[in-house]
Amino acid sequence: MSAAPTTDPGTHGPPDYIQVQSSEEFDELRRAHRSFAFPLTVAFILWYLGYVLLSSYAGGLMATKVLGHLNVAFVLGLAQFVTTFLIAWWYSRHAAAKLDPKAEAIKSRLEGDA
Amino acid sequence: MNLTQQPLALQLAAGGAGEHRALIITLFAVFVAATLAITVWAGRQTKGAEDFYAGGRQFSGFQNGLAISGDYMSAASFLGIAGAIALFGYDGFLYSIGFLVAWLVALLLVAEPLRNSGRFTMGDVLAYRMRQRPVRTAAGTSTIVVSIFYLLAQMAGAGALVTLLLGITSEAGKILVVVLVGIVMILYVTIGGMKGTTWVQMVKAVLLIAGTLLITFLVALKFDFNISTLLGAAAENSGKGSAFLEPGLKYGASATSKIDFISLGLALVLGTAGLPHILIRFYTVPTAKAARKSVNWAIAIIGVFYLMTIALGFGAAALIKPEAITAANKAGNTAAPQLAEVIGGGAGSTGGAVLLAVISAVAFATILAVVAGLTLASSSSFAHDIYVNVIRKGQATEKEEIGAARWATVGIGAVAIVLGVFARGLNVAGLVALAFAVAASANLPTLLYSLFWKRFTTQGALWSIYGGLASSVLLVLFSPVVSGKETSMFPGADFDFFPLENPGLISIPLGFLLGWLGSLLSKEEPDAKKYAELEVRSLTGTGAH
Repeated sequence: MSAAPTTDPGTHGPPDYIQVQSSEEFDELRRAHRSFAFPLTVAFILWYLGYVLLSSYAGGLMATKVLGHLNVAFVLGLAQFVTTFLIAWWYSRHAAAKLDPKAEAIKSRLEGDA
Repeated sequence: MNLTQQPLALQLAAGGAGEHRALIITLFAVFVAATLAITVWAGRQTKGAEDFYAGGRQFSGFQNGLAISGDYMSAASFLGIAGAIALFGYDGFLYSIGFLVAWLVALLLVAEPLRNSGRFTMGDVLAYRMRQRPVRTAAGTSTIVVSIFYLLAQMAGAGALVTLLLGITSEAGKILVVVLVGIVMILYVTIGGMKGTTWVQMVKAVLLIAGTLLITFLVALKFDFNISTLLGAAAENSGKGSAFLEPGLKYGASATSKIDFISLGLALVLGTAGLPHILIRFYTVPTAKAARKSVNWAIAIIGVFYLMTIALGFGAAALIKPEAITAANKAGNTAAPQLAEVIGGGAGSTGGAVLLAVISAVAFATILAVVAGLTLASSSSFAHDIYVNVIRKGQATEKEEIGAARWATVGIGAVAIVLGVFARGLNVAGLVALAFAVAASANLPTLLYSLFWKRFTTQGALWSIYGGLASSVLLVLFSPVVSGKETSMFPGADFDFFPLENPGLISIPLGFLLGWLGSLLSKEEPDAKKYAELEVRSLTGTGAH
């Protein structure tokens, strides 16, 4: 176990975070995260609430049989599972390609152990 | 009615004599002995605060994903959802979807920045850029309130379940069971800390998944691996026909119950990412990338588990008469164990007895592991946020801090035991949903503003935490959950001024609104330097603990 650090473990004194925050490099990282995560969050919450609303107020549509005893309600419910799995996979791919390299570049420079 | 289809209910009605009891107790004792051994082993390696609170931060993404699943798949979701599907068909299934989708909020917005910028508790991140003492106090308060509501539901559930499955009917016996559950959980947490608790969660998750897989496989075999055949049989046996497969049996009764369901849906989808006992799990892995990986594993495991509850719930509906399910437990909480007995060969058969015992033991293991996780979350927050940072103003040694956490565990465990004893007879179904509503109203807005909104201030944080907390708790106090209905906690009293059982629809937007308003009306400027530090650290992992 490492001794509990109370300050940043950087060897060059604490970084100037204001300067880092306003750098173009950090701005790109922030944008790459927000422009992906924020709209997607709004989208999946709306899709989920839409599904809840349909269940509450569109009983007729939801009861329509699709295949055997499977109706629209079930198909949409299973679709929620599928989209959840897909979004998780999509975000992780985005993060690995667009966020991690940028984050690591900034981090290793700030911690001075590139 | 077919006698072979309702043996458990009959046995229970007759006082619960059955040879399965010995088997259940044996299996459960093996689980407790094995997990306590793990706990002692983990305790030997628990030396500093980093070990006690964060398990040494050395768990892999997969291990933590498994542990998160163990923490999340409570008795309420295992027994509750299977029972709700068995009785209400589609509407029960609807419940599980919000619980799963909610993980995306944690994945996209919370897990990684939290891991990067916090140390031990949710309060670390909430208070990062704020005045420490007031915000730590607020964060500690809301952590403890959310965890106690959640804990109360689990403890009361444990009492009810044990009573049903072991046939313990005497008052003293029921109290003894609640006390024993409480003591084992206190041992897990005080001895093993986060490391021990994480291993207990992993063991439990594996057992739960294995048990559920087995039952699902047997149900699928019975219905030729055809989901349509299963649904058809469930609809027919339920006596409700195709309505059983359509929305409305549980939540479609009136205009109010429909709005109530929307409120519940909102609380479920936004609550998960504000549950303290889930959030602290992200500190057990070394990096933000590992935190991301653990959420991905959790989504996969929990998603598959909820898909299997379809087989469990509809399987029970197809194979057991609804009267037999409600005879054993009004809310259907024993539908899964009942199904296990039927699918194993029926009452009196060895297969039936073994499967019933296995599933019951898994259910007990589930309760025990979840209460341990909840107790750890609240005692960590008490020790780290309130004791060290508020009472001692950050001047405590690591040894004193861990000591405080251990004592807090004993204290909170004792509170949980006392509440659990008193809550045995109460209807606590609404409590888990309430915990989600408080988490979504008080914790999530504060967490998101802290991480992403430059102009958020101490006053904003206090308004959103206390405002979200007070509004959700008060609305529940004046809701039909507490009074006015037959199913209320106090059916005799009548002060249900608020019509909805779940407060989320009002209290969640209110929490967000208050955080925003409190910041705008704040006399003090936001701390730009601290925000720069938090933002850079949370996105890049610089200086992460």
